Amino acid sequence: MAEIRLERVRKTFGRVVAVKDVDLTIADGEFLVLLGPSGCGKTTTLRCIAGLERVDTGRIFIGGRDVTELPPARRGIAMVFQSYAVFPHMTVAQNIGFGLRMRRIAKREIRAAVQEVAELLQIDELLDRYPAQLSGGQRQRVAVARAIVMKPEVLLMDEPLSNLDALLRLQMRAELKRLHRQIGTTTVYVTHDQVEALSLGDRIAVMREGEIVQLDHPNSVYDQPATTFVAGFIGTPPMNLLRATVTTSGDDLALAVGDFTLLLPPAWKPSLRAMVGKPVIVGIRAENIAVHADTTPGSLPATVLVSEPLGAQQLLTVQVGKDVLKVVTAPEPLLQAGQTVGLTLNKEKLRLFDAESGRALPIGAGLPTQGGYR
Amino acid sequence: MNRTQVTRWLVSEKALPYWLIFPTLAYVAAFFLVPLARTLLLAFRTDDGQWTMRFFVRMVEDVRFFDAFKFTLILVAIVVPLQLVTALSIALLVNTRFRGSRSFLYICAIPLGISDLAAGLIWFSLFTEHGYINSFLYTLGLIDKPIYFLSMQNLGWVVGSIVLAEHWRATAIVLVILVAGLQMISRDYLEAAEVFGARPWQKLWHVTLPLLKPSLQSALIIRTILALQTFAVAVALGGRLVPVLAGEAYYWYYLYRNANVASAYALLLMVISLLLAWGYLRFLRPREVRS
Amino acid sequence: MTFPRLQRRILLYMAVVAIVLWVLVPLVLIALAAFTPRSELYRWPKRIIPSTFSSATMSFFLHSYGVVSSLCNSVVVALLTLGMTLVVGAPAGYAVARYVFRGREAFRLGILMTRMFPTSLLAIPLIVTFIRWGLYDTLIGVAFVHTAMALPFAVLITSGIFSGVPKELEEAAMTLGCSRLGAFVRVALPLALPGLAAAAMFTFVISWNEVFAASILTVRNRTLPAQVLASLEAAPLDFRFAGAFFMIIPALIFMALARRYLFQMWGGAIAER
Repeated sequence: MAEIRLERVRKTFGRVVAVKDVDLTIADGEFLVLLGPSGCGKTTTLRCIAGLERVDTGRIFIGGRDVTELPPARRGIAMVFQSYAVFPHMTVAQNIGFGLRMRRIAKREIRAAVQEVAELLQIDELLDRYPAQLSGGQRQRVAVARAIVMKPEVLLMDEPLSNLDALLRLQMRAELKRLHRQIGTTTVYVTHDQVEALSLGDRIAVMREGEIVQLDHPNSVYDQPATTFVAGFIGTPPMNLLRATVTTSGDDLALAVGDFTLLLPPAWKPSLRAMVGKPVIVGIRAENIAVHADTTPGSLPATVLVSEPLGAQQLLTVQVGKDVLKVVTAPEPLLQAGQTVGLTLNKEKLRLFDAESGRALPIGAGLPTQGGYR
Repeated sequence: MNRTQVTRWLVSEKALPYWLIFPTLAYVAAFFLVPLARTLLLAFRTDDGQWTMRFFVRMVEDVRFFDAFKFTLILVAIVVPLQLVTALSIALLVNTRFRGSRSFLYICAIPLGISDLAAGLIWFSLFTEHGYINSFLYTLGLIDKPIYFLSMQNLGWVVGSIVLAEHWRATAIVLVILVAGLQMISRDYLEAAEVFGARPWQKLWHVTLPLLKPSLQSALIIRTILALQTFAVAVALGGRLVPVLAGEAYYWYYLYRNANVASAYALLLMVISLLLAWGYLRFLRPREVRS
Repeated sequence: MTFPRLQRRILLYMAVVAIVLWVLVPLVLIALAAFTPRSELYRWPKRIIPSTFSSATMSFFLHSYGVVSSLCNSVVVALLTLGMTLVVGAPAGYAVARYVFRGREAFRLGILMTRMFPTSLLAIPLIVTFIRWGLYDTLIGVAFVHTAMALPFAVLITSGIFSGVPKELEEAAMTLGCSRLGAFVRVALPLALPGLAAAAMFTFVISWNEVFAASILTVRNRTLPAQVLASLEAAPLDFRFAGAFFMIIPALIFMALARRYLFQMWGGAIAER
């Protein structure tokens, strides 16, 4: 178990900068998720930590040791690959015990360790089988077992669940979380699935184009996205983002959104006063918009375009003036396309972003510093 | 880069692939480029260092030259298209994946491992006057006396037997390439064509063949180049009755000990090979990139 | 594809049978010829299946001048070729399969282009070189030339084989404590072994069958094809038939053994350009 530290790590492939001077510190025992769309550099960063890619500049420390020049075998890491990479020419037991054999540990001890880990992952019945005889989910467990039997300082996982079907993915997610609680190894986990990230991570590092855009606890990433990119990437459905202008309405600050004006909480006045007249992007999540009958006073009139009944919820696509929003509401009453409704927004959950840079605007007291990394 | 930088690069991971290909490169340089250069020297230069066209002139003036040239080209012109059609037919047949098609393919590929000399001798055993074709014709009651297929008077038959032997021996080379190429064509394309109403011949012409172009090109180039080098088959069946360019190269050294004229023949073969390969690449260029 | 009509199916199988016969009958006939006693070989009319089988023909061939030694020579040359080709070519195949490096495509193209060299172009100039270096009329000399001829195939085939072993397997081994070489030896090599064995057999056969260079570069230490070719003009029928049969034996064995890997190897490696 160890702390991981990346200092100004940079990796280029030809002309493409995959990892742009990334600084990152991962605490001992933490489960950190690297999240982002394809090509954002998350896998490359993981492979740099593993030693499978040599960094161009920067240093990597594991447990206080500078491992930048060390090959993967000497870094104290273990890795679970996206394709599992389970050796086809060895049995499950031989696969799991491979790393221990490399360390020349006594056969008796290897057998005991393999048995223990296999039981932990519920594959002890399969020890004598060959990977070709296993299902995808079983092979994945073998890959995880093979990694954790090494008792590594750091456990690295590259999208280990992406090749599983939806149901299995759900199960394995819970299992991985349970495992982490039990074993407590520092883990770096790469995924493009934001639901996985929110569910598993102690902290999430959202990456885009080689840089970490936000590094925060899942709730913060969800509730206070640092940029419009994060807001649009996290959450199902993603945060609604609209163009607006900061104006005044009498003594209070307000937002002019399309044809409508939204009063802002008075607590926000000090931070936003300088923004009056400037364009901003306002974000609000689908579940923070309430749906009423269109006659409710103070509500925004909207027309339902599409209604998707999702069992536990109803996902509406509504038109408000010139903007289109996604709204999540109770499954009943079932609304129809064409119906007019009234919407009220939970003002406390509004998030404002700079219209040009997309960065979140720090607003009001009581809201912690947004974005950035520690 | 200074010396330490060079040394560090040399032992780095980046240099590894170059170290791995180095032996092959060195070997190819030693055994292809150097001989090529020497062949040029042998063909164009006398022993005392004078540049001359004498050897080429001798080659062309030789009584057998014209025949060798003619027969080589005739063989290639007949054998290659014949093999292409046969191999394509067999490949399409195999692609229908009928029961036992794998074993069938395996049998068809057996000639791959048979040397041209052995193949020539095998077909010699058929065509010679004491051979099996004569026996067979006799058993059918068609002849009384053996036919002398492989004689001076029946040059046509000699050439024909060479064609048959080469066809028998080397179709497998083309076949294997085409089968692999066909397997790479996704069934989706053909199914889509079917949905849009294409009939078998149309599917073949509009979908399969165009997608097979790269394989066809590869197969044609390889087979043509190899066909130009036909030698042992011709010798086994006809001795020097049917001279071929590669054979003349052999005899000029083996019998007359004249490496210079032999080199001239070798160069001629090379030039013809390059011309034909270039021709294939130009005129059979596949229009789109294959997925 | 479905065969809705019975006639089509019958036609198909007729074609299949015809082609199979076309391929196999000459082989059967030469086998018969090799075991037909000489008297029957020269008889007219000749029976297709001899009245008695005799090993005299084969034995005549084997006892002919230089045949047994040329047989041994062929084996030696083929084994030498096999060894050298794999040692030189397999690393290159691995490099092409695993690494993306500058000049990779040029290298592959260059290797492919060496196939355009007629054998005569390789062998004839080497006569002088070999004489000078004392390699003329030696087995190792012939092996050198055979290796040159087999190298392009070996590189292409091994690169195909190693491409089939996922890179992640070696990476996983490295994260579990193997060095780069260790990962190759423990993971890539075992998985590539069957394919490499097939490539080895293929190289063996190429060397075994090669006629031109072996004939040009040897006088006394001939390989089997060179010996047969040299003796051909004066040789009686039984010599020729037995010789042919003998030459095809390794090929037949090879085909039986390498059956599975043949298409993976040959077709895939060459069709992909």
